[in-house]
Amino acid sequence: MKLATLDALSASTAVRSGAASAVEIAHAVLAHIEARNSALNAFTAVTAERALAEAAAIDRRKARGETLGPLAGAPFAVKNLFDIEGVVTLAGSKIDAEHPPAAADSFIGRKLSQAGAILFGALNMDEYAYGFTTENTHYGAVHNPRDLAHSAGGSSGGSGAAVAGGLVTIALASDTNGSIRVPSSFCGTFGLKPTYGRLSRAGSRPFVASLDHLGPLARTVGDLAASYDAMQGVDANDPAQAARAVELTAPALEQGTGGLRIGIAGGHFAASGLPAEAVATVAKALGATRVVEVPQAARARAAAYVITPSEGADIHFADLKSRAGDFDPMTRDRFLAGALVPAAWVQRAQRFRRWYRERVMELFHEVDILLAPATPCQAPKIGQETIEIDGVTVPARPFIGVYTQPLSFIGLPIVAAPLRQPGALPIAVQIIAAPWREDLALRVARVLERDGVTNAEPALA
Amino acid sequence: MADEPFDAEAYVDVAAKLIGLPVDPAHRPGVVLNLERIAQMAALVMEFDLPEETEPAAVYTP
Repeated sequence: MKLATLDALSASTAVRSGAASAVEIAHAVLAHIEARNSALNAFTAVTAERALAEAAAIDRRKARGETLGPLAGAPFAVKNLFDIEGVVTLAGSKIDAEHPPAAADSFIGRKLSQAGAILFGALNMDEYAYGFTTENTHYGAVHNPRDLAHSAGGSSGGSGAAVAGGLVTIALASDTNGSIRVPSSFCGTFGLKPTYGRLSRAGSRPFVASLDHLGPLARTVGDLAASYDAMQGVDANDPAQAARAVELTAPALEQGTGGLRIGIAGGHFAASGLPAEAVATVAKALGATRVVEVPQAARARAAAYVITPSEGADIHFADLKSRAGDFDPMTRDRFLAGALVPAAWVQRAQRFRRWYRERVMELFHEVDILLAPATPCQAPKIGQETIEIDGVTVPARPFIGVYTQPLSFIGLPIVAAPLRQPGALPIAVQIIAAPWREDLALRVARVLERDGVTNAEPALA
Repeated sequence: MADEPFDAEAYVDVAAKLIGLPVDPAHRPGVVLNLERIAQMAALVMEFDLPEETEPAAVYTP
C-alpha cells in the first residue's frame, strides 16, 4: 500500500481499519510533497505542523473508539484564495502578501476538516484567479505533472498539479469561467463545479461575485462525491448561497445511467480534432447519439467575457489606481481594461444571462445530461502564445475557456472527466446537468470511471 | 456601437482620465488590446435582440 498516493476514501478506510495510522499517512504525504513540489511548484505554503497535529488527533480519536468522519486522514490542500487560519491568503498576488494572516479557515475548508480530512497547505494560482494557465510571475508557473514543460491550466493550476501529481487526494479550487474544469482537463483529474449558489464561498477571495463557484478536484469520482457531500451546508456568510437543504450524492453514485437521457451539445460546442474525439469516445461509451443545440452559446461566452473584467476590476480598483505596477503583468492590463468597461455592456450582458438561462433550461426537458469538450486543446506549453481551434490560430489564454465559459455563466453543475491516450496529454469532457443535479453528473462520471473510459491515475514520475 | 468602429485607444485615454485611473504608458498597449477584445465580445452581446422586459439574474435578498 503506497500511503502517499491513496485516494481519499481508501486512506480513510485504511485509518478506520487500522491498516495505517493518520500520522503515518501524513508523514508519507509530506515526504512526497518534499520530493515532488520543487518540480511542480504546486504549493505556496505547506502546513506540515498543522497536518501532523490534525493526523495525531484523528489517531487519538480512533484509539478512544470514537466515530471518525467519512474523510478521516484524507490529505487535502486549497487554492491560495481560500483562507487558512494563520496563513496569509495570497490569491496569487504580491499585493495581498501584505495582508495579515487569515483568522479562520474558509467555510468549505472547515467542512472538510470536520469530515476528518487533513489540510496540507495552500496551492499556487493565477493572480486573483484571472487566467487559464497559472503562469504566475510572482510565485512562478505551475508545471503539469503529466509533462513538466506544459501548463497545469488555471486559474487553479496548483490544485490540478497537486492532485494529478499525487501530492494530495482532494484540492479545493474556484471556477468563475472554467478554473476547476481547465486544470482538470490539462492535468487529467476529475473536477466538480457545483451549481452556482450551492457551496458557500465565505472565507475565499472573490473574483467575479456573479460567476464565482467553489468545488473540488480529485482522482476518483468517489472522492469527488464524498468531498462535495461533506462541503454542503447553509452558511449565512455567503449572500449568494441558495437556500437548499443538503442533498447527498454518494449514496446514489453507483446507480448507473439507466433511464438518463444523455445528449451531445452541438453548435458552439461541436469541436473538431482531439476535443471532438474525446466527446465522441464518451458519447459512445454512454450510448448517447442525440445532438442538442445550445442556443446562443457563443454569445453567452461573450457575455461572461464582458462581465468578468468589469466586476473583477472593481474589487481591485484602489490598487489599480495607486499601484498597478504591483500586479502580475499577466493580469494587470486585463484588470485595467476591466475598470474601463462601459456600464451599458455589463448591464446588457447581465440581462442576456437571464434570457440564455431560460433557453438552456428548456433543453433539460429533453435531456438529463449534456456532453461537451472541456478545453479546445491539451495543455499548451508554458509560455505558449497561440493555439489552434478548428485550424485557426488564436491567442491561447483568452480562448482556453471557450467551452467552459458559456456553462458557468448560468451556473450549471458540471463534472470534468479526464481521458488519456498512452503517451499523450489528457483532455477532459464536461458532463453537464440541470441546476442542483450534481448527483446525475457524478453518476455518469462514475460509470465512465468504472468502465475504464476515464483515466485519472496519478503521475508519479 | 456597431455603427462606428470602436476606437479603443481614444476610449482608454478619455475614460481612464474621467474616472481618475492613471494608465502607465508602458501598460497602455496591453490595456488597449484587452479593451478591444472585450469590445468584440460586447458587440456580440449588444447586437442581440434582447426583449426589453428581460431582467438581469441578480442575486439580492433584502
